[in-house]
Amino acid sequence: MFTEENLKKLEALKKQYPTSRALTLPALWLAQEQFGWLSEDTMKYVAEQISVPFNHVYSVASFYTMYNKKPVGKFHIQVCTNISCQLLDSEKMVEFICTKLGVKKNEITSDGKYSVSEVECLGSCGTAPVLQINDDYHEKLTAENIESIIQSTSR
Amino acid sequence: MKNYRLQLMVCAGTGCVSNHSFEIKDALEKEIEKQNLQNEAQVVLTGCNGFCGAGPLLVVQPDGIFYQLLKTTDIPLLVQEHLIKGRPVKKLLYTPPEEKIPIPKMMDIPFFSDQTLIALRNRGLIDPENIEDYIARGGYKALAKVLTSMTPDEVLAEIKASGLRGRGGGGFPTGVKWETCKRAHGDEKYVICNADEGDPGAFMDRSIIEGDPHAVIEGMIIGAYAIENVRQGYIYVRMEYPLAIKRFQIAIKQAREYGLLGENIFDKGFNFDIEVRRGAGAFVCGESTALMASIEGRPGEPRAKYIHTVEKGLWERPTCLNNVETWVNVPQIILKGSKWFTSIGTGDVSIDPWGGSKGTKVFSLAGKVNNTGLVEVPMGITLREIIYIIGGGIRDGKKFKAVQTGGPSGGFIPESMLDLTVDFEELTKVGSMMGSGGMVVTDEGNCMVDMAKYFLKFTQDESCGKCIPCREGTKRMLDILEKITNGDGTEEDLILLEELSNMIVESSLCALGGSAPNPVLTTLKYFREEYEAHVNDKKCPARICCQLNTYTIDEKICLEIGHGCDVCKKYCPDGAIIGEIKKVHYIDPAKCSKCGACYDVCNFNAVNIQ
Ligand SMILES: Cc1cc2nc3c(=O)[nH]c(=O)nc-3n(C[C@H](O)[C@H](O)[C@H](O)COP(=O)(O)O)c2cc1C
Ligand code: SF4
Ligand code: SF4
Ligand code: SF4
Ligand code: FES
Repeated sequence: MFTEENLKKLEALKKQYPTSRALTLPALWLAQEQFGWLSEDTMKYVAEQISVPFNHVYSVASFYTMYNKKPVGKFHIQVCTNISCQLLDSEKMVEFICTKLGVKKNEITSDGKYSVSEVECLGSCGTAPVLQINDDYHEKLTAENIESIIQSTSR
Repeated sequence: MKNYRLQLMVCAGTGCVSNHSFEIKDALEKEIEKQNLQNEAQVVLTGCNGFCGAGPLLVVQPDGIFYQLLKTTDIPLLVQEHLIKGRPVKKLLYTPPEEKIPIPKMMDIPFFSDQTLIALRNRGLIDPENIEDYIARGGYKALAKVLTSMTPDEVLAEIKASGLRGRGGGGFPTGVKWETCKRAHGDEKYVICNADEGDPGAFMDRSIIEGDPHAVIEGMIIGAYAIENVRQGYIYVRMEYPLAIKRFQIAIKQAREYGLLGENIFDKGFNFDIEVRRGAGAFVCGESTALMASIEGRPGEPRAKYIHTVEKGLWERPTCLNNVETWVNVPQIILKGSKWFTSIGTGDVSIDPWGGSKGTKVFSLAGKVNNTGLVEVPMGITLREIIYIIGGGIRDGKKFKAVQTGGPSGGFIPESMLDLTVDFEELTKVGSMMGSGGMVVTDEGNCMVDMAKYFLKFTQDESCGKCIPCREGTKRMLDILEKITNGDGTEEDLILLEELSNMIVESSLCALGGSAPNPVLTTLKYFREEYEAHVNDKKCPARICCQLNTYTIDEKICLEIGHGCDVCKKYCPDGAIIGEIKKVHYIDPAKCSKCGACYDVCNFNAVNIQ
């Protein structure tokens, strides 16, 4: 199920790590990058690939919040609702984005394009409020620029 | 390298990048070509300058002229005026709030001039993706000095003498930690850099890594050499920082190419390499034992620390874990000497390593101050200087209420204590802590009960659940705070909050639980009257806790100024607003759920909160 390229990456990783357990987090990242989220089947597959029990992979995937245990949209929008952003109304931004996209928090739009969730401090508190679309940061959010940020993804 | 008459340093820290600094770079390059200045002016991308609130930023060297809030449309004028005619463009310079005359030079702006740079010494001056830039600024010189002229013991002695203390929160003396690790049995040891930085409101480490990744690496190599028997180092970076991860990977690759990492470094028979490990979104993984569990591929649960990680850490081997900022200080101490380092800061560390706070501390200033961003100040500076001089005071002319230091483990410090000097001991004394350096400023519009609730909710969410006092105790406390902000609190609840706090502090397994009550305890201590107002008068003085408020519409304003615009009615989730367009609107108190939406949406301030 892993692409050729990812299989190669995994092989390279195996050389770096002294135990197979230590591969759990990086292997799950590879899987998440390729499949977008981690289903139980994917976790089983990962467990086989790195020869550790499924239970172990499952407990790691459940412990860490940034592993998606549910499908996410092609554009996964994560809004920081931590302290500095909250002081500058980020919770309203979440509501605004959800209304705009017609989707609830932690769910995906029917076309599979967007999902919205809250995230802890992104370390951009100086330019709060902040959101992340996949790996890209967008800061100093206002109702107006959110609109153009979302639009820019549909291009 | 070619010499240019002018260097245009475009900030490419995350803050500026998200404010389109790459477009500024492209526009500058285009315009320079258009004006045929390619041989005179060079555009360079740098790491974060720290003045994130004013991005995108540009500094024109060698004069250090500082431009802010740039737009691509400003560029032709800037090139024409400054690059060709040599006249800085006034309207693009920084003007202090409430003043009229702009300050052209970066080093004359109070935000920058009152700082002392050690950890951030290269900020804005180098391209972080280019090792040559780092070397040109004296980078890897400390490593050369160590490997060619110092024994591991001499290096350790120098760090011990400097009095450097951990910048990751606890302020543990670095030299003492290194020494214990060095003495521990084992011929395979590890050094780790903690770049998990999960404290809300903190972004120092991110900026350091993104702006100067080689400095961290150099510090770690020196540490590995001093501790001995260390062949592998790890950098644990939180997944939320994609750019920091990338910069580290580039830097490590370059260091390997230059023979600074790997086998036989500097031909001295010394082998050491570093790898990056990514976290996956768990605040508790910043805690030392949880972090090591995570590198080992397990859920990040802390363990009891009767056995120290310096003796049995990663894979049960002696492990020395230090914070990003701690590592970055190391090369400078080696180069300039421990005497120089101890000349900055407070107290005396010559006998007792806990006897003072030496050097500088980087703080990230966020919340309601004018100049949000990253500042590095000497230990011993006052909070007032940081907030009012460097931070430029409170936004929108509002009144200061409290400053929160130390994130969810720290506390709120009131106005009366603003002249407190910033060092490890002083901050702990007042119930807060240095923490990793987050500094969040709140103003009169913030409710302290609500803020305490906020932080507790964070720790409650992030509690790993392994021990009961932290898992259940914080839940109980949160319930009580909810009750208070909903107007159902009693005097007994305040006492119960204190009792629960003490229980959690005393019996939690790790410091996450152990310090979780601090935000509640400090607000109870310094802002008790706000709690009492919620409990006794059923009022929120800052009008934040909606449930305690009564909403009414000022008929006159609604009709005469707002012309009964009807907007509030559309937003009211409970159909509590009665009225038609162009007529007076009323709120039916029986239906109103006190959500506060009408207050937020009325453009004419016709909705009153009591
Ligand atoms: C819940 C929790 C979170 C922590 N998060 C961090 C962190 O993000 N970065 C950090 O350097 N230290 C963090 N620490 C402190 C580390 O456990 C450790 O003391 C520190 O990294 C040691 O480095 P230093 O001596 O250089 O400060 C945290 C501690 C706790 C209890
Ligand atoms: S104090 Fe909290 S975070 Fe720490 S081990 Fe206990 S439950 Fe986990
Ligand atoms: S939004 Fe304000 S002005 Fe408009 S109807 Fe409501 S109260 Fe009146
Ligand atoms: S506070 Fe909320 S429920 Fe009450 S009138 Fe205003 S919008 Fe309606
Ligand atoms: S609080 Fe939102 S980025 Fe820090």
